Amino acid sequence: MSEVTRAEICAVAIAEAFRGDGEILMSAFGTTPTVGGRLAKLTFAPDLFMTDGIATGIETVPPVSGPIKEEPVKSAWMPFRLFFDNVVWTTKRHVMMMASQIDKFGNQNFACIGPHEKPKAQLLGMRGAPGNTLYHATSYFVPNHSAKVFVEKVDVVSGVGYDRAAALGEHTSRFHEIRRVVSNLGVFDFESPNHAMRLVSVHPGVSVDRVVENTGFDLIIEGDTPETRAPSDEELHIIRDVLDPEGLINKEVRD
Amino acid sequence: MDKRTTEREVVAELKSGMTLGIGGWGSRRKPMSLVREILRSDLKDLTVVTYGGPDAGLLCKYGKVKKLIYGFVSLDSIPLEPHFRQARQAGSFRAAELDEGMLQWGLRAAAHRLPFLPVRAGLGSDVVTINPELRRVTSPYEDGEELIAMPALELDVALIHMNRADKLGNGQFLGPDPYFDDLFCHAAKRRFMSCEKIVASEDFQKEGSIHTVSINRLMVDGVIEAPGGAHFTECTPDYGRDETFQREYAATAKDPEAWQAFKQRYLDVESESDYQAAVKNR
Repeated sequence: MSEVTRAEICAVAIAEAFRGDGEILMSAFGTTPTVGGRLAKLTFAPDLFMTDGIATGIETVPPVSGPIKEEPVKSAWMPFRLFFDNVVWTTKRHVMMMASQIDKFGNQNFACIGPHEKPKAQLLGMRGAPGNTLYHATSYFVPNHSAKVFVEKVDVVSGVGYDRAAALGEHTSRFHEIRRVVSNLGVFDFESPNHAMRLVSVHPGVSVDRVVENTGFDLIIEGDTPETRAPSDEELHIIRDVLDPEGLINKEVRD
Repeated sequence: MDKRTTEREVVAELKSGMTLGIGGWGSRRKPMSLVREILRSDLKDLTVVTYGGPDAGLLCKYGKVKKLIYGFVSLDSIPLEPHFRQARQAGSFRAAELDEGMLQWGLRAAAHRLPFLPVRAGLGSDVVTINPELRRVTSPYEDGEELIAMPALELDVALIHMNRADKLGNGQFLGPDPYFDDLFCHAAKRRFMSCEKIVASEDFQKEGSIHTVSINRLMVDGVIEAPGGAHFTECTPDYGRDETFQREYAATAKDPEAWQAFKQRYLDVESESDYQAAVKNR
């Protein structure tokens, strides 16, 4: 097989974020997160539930590129309002969203850059991020790791981070969990004493120094940082031949 | 009983400064023929409540909006509505941005004639700084949790678009999702429903089960037959999103000349039937 790409490393790291989640709804936004989430379902997390992204729960795993060979097996009606009533607000979900900015405690912004009254750049908006982060596990994907994304302070908080969740008290923040951040350079979590962002692993070919230089705050770095694991042959086969035959993830994440 | 009316009669009833709720979601089953009639009117200073798509984009572009209450504005296949983006970056209206779920809760509170509903979503995020009028409420039970008291989003008028309706005001969706159209109707004083086709009540079940007749006539004051009325948003199964047209619309945000040409050709026309003819003849 040809050499493993950075995007494929990311897809496996994303899949790993869903390991052990059991029977919950797996939601992922962006091409690489979608491939990663579906890879988890096809390998070590078969109980994950997913939707067709429209209004239906499905029991088969469609590809993100290439020809659709068969219609997905539809198993449940999931219109938007049932997302709030039956999924998000009942905590049975783990979402991976993108972050245009993210800070040391996992506060995320994809709403706008600059002041909210008159932004320099309007982005996606709040969407469901405020509620998602208080109700169920949330992870983030950053395809372009830089000090402009990993910032000291985000311009607007859409997804709630650990410091702000703590300020709400234990009861209100009892479902809050920022599981993991996967970037094109490495993997991060918040398993440090005050839930500050910690470097978990660097992708093959990436130095710790490069991660540090491209991060606008001090990361927690403990001892020698391991490399992010490479895909197994089976995982590579699933990514390349089943989920993404056109290799769209390699356009989202460059080597 | 016959509640049939026209876009023109509905918009003649609206006044500047009113609060309008617009059904659908993103670029899906939006009551665009009614929105286009508003664009042709001299209405202004509107407060608009929407799971926003090109309805929000066009109304903002035309300077009709004083305040937009929304969770997002998207064209779905184009993640960010470019005309909305432009208006936001010009700071041309008050952006009361909420979590998507809070918006549902505000409509639900209004529907149930409650002053507010407690909601956890929004706490800790900048939704509370963007909307300083949001108040808190403390649970009177043992947990004592402090939550946001999401105020009722009371609407003067709701506008929705359905696949089928009868002249009495019952309405049917034949696509996959009812969205929040029923809540918009329940939350409003006056409710107007456009539809692809007016049918006899006994014909509803020829096309869908009784569960798809999600709007009943207690929820509707006027019915407008508007074939293609959701164009260019999707209205499945009658038609999908007109992606070519949507791309053309989106591209005009960057190019004032292209926008003028687009506006002249499709929007500065006499009536909805002229719009439909211009779309057909392109």
